[in-house]
Amino acid sequence: MNPYLAGVLLGLVVIAANFISGRSVGASGAIKSAIVAGVETVAPSHAENATFYKEFSQGHTGNPLNSWLVYQMLGVVVGGFLSGVISKRLTWKVEHNPKIQSRTRLIFALAGGVLFGIGSQFGRGCTSGSALSGMAVLSLGGFISMMAIFGTAFALAYFFRKLWI
Amino acid sequence: MGPLVVNEIISENTNLLLAFFIGIGFGFVLEQGGFSSSRKLAGVFYGYDAVVLKVFFTGAITAMLGLLFMSLFGWIDLNLVYVNETFIWSAIIGGVVMGAGFIMGGYCPGTSFCGAAIGKIDAMIFIVGLFLGVFIFAEGYPMWEGLYKAGFMGSPRISEFFNVSEGLFALFVIIAAVLMFWGAEWAEKKFPREEY
Repeated sequence: MNPYLAGVLLGLVVIAANFISGRSVGASGAIKSAIVAGVETVAPSHAENATFYKEFSQGHTGNPLNSWLVYQMLGVVVGGFLSGVISKRLTWKVEHNPKIQSRTRLIFALAGGVLFGIGSQFGRGCTSGSALSGMAVLSLGGFISMMAIFGTAFALAYFFRKLWI
Repeated sequence: MGPLVVNEIISENTNLLLAFFIGIGFGFVLEQGGFSSSRKLAGVFYGYDAVVLKVFFTGAITAMLGLLFMSLFGWIDLNLVYVNETFIWSAIIGGVVMGAGFIMGGYCPGTSFCGAAIGKIDAMIFIVGLFLGVFIFAEGYPMWEGLYKAGFMGSPRISEFFNVSEGLFALFVIIAAVLMFWGAEWAEKKFPREEY
């Protein structure tokens, strides 16, 4: 699909979210909810005592998984899958630059995920929840996040070029 | 008048159901835009594929303008819409760490779910990393709680912060985006890659 068209459609999704729910799209928050739910289930006394989980339950009632973002992310999986079916892009593969091995790609995918997991917590959101959604409502925090994410990635691109080109 | 759930035009349960459908739209559009591919996503940093720039900024501008116009027509009350809070140091550090994660992992959380949805194993491993990362943050929280909560600035809109009107700021963003799109089209021609 033409990227500019995809961008317009993405903007419409963000508008719909704001119009219906008074908030915009996101992603990393759903991971946070899942981690809290997991820890509450597996180690409830730890969840009651450790600050992070305590603060979460002070701000949220009920099951952490019963949240807007968690349902939204379930939808993302379905929507992505449907799009993959329609455009015939369903495939099991480790996508990587042919100049590196799958194993290298997977190691860096894991490392990248860990960094994004940590960074999204500091940032109170990721590229979807903080940068994109933030920009849509003119949030200063969102704008700062976006500049920091893209600026850093550009600055580090040279050092990781072997992964991609 | 929107937002529907805040004005109690729809119930919280309906809201959660609609969140699922909004997610379907979000995931569908992201995947259609090619965001299920880490090599496409990373392309903007090397010039060969600026899809991230084009989709992201077109999306941000469409949403920004759409919401401003809807507010003008009285269809939505922007004061009832969530504006994420600004904690300046945490935002910067988080952004830097995420930027590193992006260039190494080639995904961000939303796109990794799209990639995983179509079978990309590197996306699935990225998601495992996400869970680990959030868990590490949660368990180490006492060490960085101070930093996490420092520099609270409320929820300022950029337009308020720079003391310009929202419409004027939106215009600046549009001009900046058009310049970037022009640069992106140039870069894609200058640094082409064969099929990926």
